[in-house]
Amino acid sequence: MGNMLTDIGLVHYLIVSGVLFTLGLVVVMTRRNAIGVLMGLEMLLNAAGINFVAFNRFSAPERLDGQIFVIFIIILAAAEAATALALVLNIFHRINSIHVDEARSMKG
Amino acid sequence: MNWEAVVFWAMATMVLLPAFAIVFSRNIVHMAFWLLGTLMGVSGLYLVLGADFLGMTQIFVYIGGINVLLLFGIMLTRSEPVYVRRIAKRPKLWPALLIGSLFAYTLITALVAAGWRSAPGETGETAATLGAFLLSEYILPFEIVSVLLLVVLIGAAYIARRAVREGGE
Repeated sequence: MGNMLTDIGLVHYLIVSGVLFTLGLVVVMTRRNAIGVLMGLEMLLNAAGINFVAFNRFSAPERLDGQIFVIFIIILAAAEAATALALVLNIFHRINSIHVDEARSMKG
Repeated sequence: MNWEAVVFWAMATMVLLPAFAIVFSRNIVHMAFWLLGTLMGVSGLYLVLGADFLGMTQIFVYIGGINVLLLFGIMLTRSEPVYVRRIAKRPKLWPALLIGSLFAYTLITALVAAGWRSAPGETGETAATLGAFLLSEYILPFEIVSVLLLVVLIGAAYIARRAVREGGE
């Protein structure tokens, strides 16, 4: 086993992605602003993307399936951001606020 | 210290430092700009991993598209002056940080203990291979996703338009 600082292996990428995922989770949990929650979601999706590309490189480098999955993740993230912002604009025009806990007119 | 290690640590810092700043930032505009740094760092990590096409796509779509979209969203939904929003009460940070650090501890312990097969392969230029994959093996998901993008385009325009019309009544 070589030096942890200079021998960059799969675990290094997984740890970076794990920390990024955790921080995204904290952002999603602590924001009241809907756009802030959306930013946390983008961090979660990016952490998943790092995992896919790292596993692709270190476990199955002869095929590129992991990278294809990341392409789909990026497409879905763009679709999600566009839809979510349209919803946020709609909510803003209705209740003049985008705080997630104030949009409760559908609460039973 | 080989070049891959140097670039990896630089990019890991570039991902995680802005990510911590996002967690502790109280201003939504600052958050958007810190997110820019995180996205750039993720793109750099893709490049270190040999995914050249993905690194560029990440820059184009995330930084050129999604982050600008978020900034527009912030601009269009700001009703109160900035200083009011900044002192507005928000959920406590420390319970989330506690849960988060427990989660991260569990995750990292499991990742280190798992003992993954870690044999980096040689990677060349990926764009041609990815294109061939998308048009042969992954043709069905590719078509589904293109229909999805069309639906999202129409749906987002419809939802945002209706809001403006009803707001004007």
